[in-house]
Amino acid sequence: MSKLIDENGVRLDGRRFDELRPIKIEVGVVKNADGSAYIEFGKNKIVAAVYGPREAHPKHLSLPDRAIIRCRYHMSPFSTEERKPPQPTRREIEISLVLRRAMECAVFLEEYPRSIIDVYVEVLQSDGGSRCASITAVSAALADSGISMRDLIVGCAVGKADGQLILDLNDKEDKEGQCDMPVAYMPNLEKITLLQFDGAFTEDEFKKAIELAIMGNRKIYDILRKTLTERYFKTGDEK
Amino acid sequence: MTVVRTKVLPGDLICDAPSGPLPLNTYRIGNKLYSLKIGLAEIEEKEVKLIPLSGPYVPRINDFVVGTVVDLNAFAWDVDINSLYLAHLPAQDVFGRNFSSISHSLNEQFKIGDIMAAKIVTYDRTRDPLLTIREPGLGKIIRGEPVKLSPSKVPRLIGKKGSMAKIIESKTRTKLIIGQNGVIVVQGPPEGIVLAIKAIRLIEEKAQVASLTNMINDLLTKEGV
Repeated sequence: MSKLIDENGVRLDGRRFDELRPIKIEVGVVKNADGSAYIEFGKNKIVAAVYGPREAHPKHLSLPDRAIIRCRYHMSPFSTEERKPPQPTRREIEISLVLRRAMECAVFLEEYPRSIIDVYVEVLQSDGGSRCASITAVSAALADSGISMRDLIVGCAVGKADGQLILDLNDKEDKEGQCDMPVAYMPNLEKITLLQFDGAFTEDEFKKAIELAIMGNRKIYDILRKTLTERYFKTGDEK
Repeated sequence: MTVVRTKVLPGDLICDAPSGPLPLNTYRIGNKLYSLKIGLAEIEEKEVKLIPLSGPYVPRINDFVVGTVVDLNAFAWDVDINSLYLAHLPAQDVFGRNFSSISHSLNEQFKIGDIMAAKIVTYDRTRDPLLTIREPGLGKIIRGEPVKLSPSKVPRLIGKKGSMAKIIESKTRTKLIIGQNGVIVVQGPPEGIVLAIKAIRLIEEKAQVASLTNMINDLLTKEGV
């Protein structure tokens, strides 16, 4: 197995251990959706679209006291190196679920009882850490749609490669590294809404990893904030 | 009295929570007030207001709305008011107390696809909104072109004391029926309607620009009817 970090502490793609990949976020990209966002997270390219709140169909799904969220995370057949069959895989079903649960913490569901919020996430190109990039895109799309949210959510992964903690793993580091831990975070409330873990950390490493993830998330949050501010307050006029 | 205006995103701290009921589009943790939406927070001494810049239409009692009939049964019409819930217009509201499902036919008054101006009488989150048309200015809309605008931008279309709507109406020789739910019916000569819709689209696009009234004025003067 090749080394993931060289003797100077530089990773395969030239980043330091605590450096993020380049991030670009756009809001309002899907015209027919109520809210939408596009994110480029390194080589990840993801579109998220929000429809609703709208009447729940089939009706028996709806709840009398709050809205429900229906999330579909899907990877396009051309998004991976080898063609991926278009039907949902176990992994995609799992990610749809964890994204939904992460969102449910932030969205004020009680404001829209008996309704449904549909969230669609389409991965056009993937390169590791797509669930974290997806949650960032989804929260931008939700904010764009004007659905009440307690806070924005941002996500980024931490992991371990060659015995060292690293931030924001790419595909190779994810597959060949020793550890992978995606963390989604609400920066204002300082709460974690998604935490998955694969590999082994010592207790000390785990604490450091969480700190590193939060630091990374704060950087992503700044970018997300800037994007939303530019989109909505571009003219600098408050009238 | 000074009004402080700040731009807020969801989760942003607005200020210390004021006493009294919670302002719309905000929530409270301890004694701090946070924003739920992207918008502008207006902080006065004792009052906080948050004007959202996007979002779905949530019905409120006494709102003037423009809706489309989507279904009818023996006792009521179902009206799409561009919200997450369908509104109901009871037949008694139209036919009076003597309404009988045997002697009256709902189809005579409103057919599916008809557009109406109505007012919301009751609404809470447990039940669908109820409409009435028993007030002057309400009822069936026979002529005109319906246009949709984001509900959060409706105040911008109306303008201060109705200034923006007045400009559009006078310059395009049309009449605007503006529902708070973001549905607008434009009535008048065809070329006026086209121009008015153009103006509405411009408002939708540039809702945050301060000199929007002038911009609309220029557009309408240049292409005036």
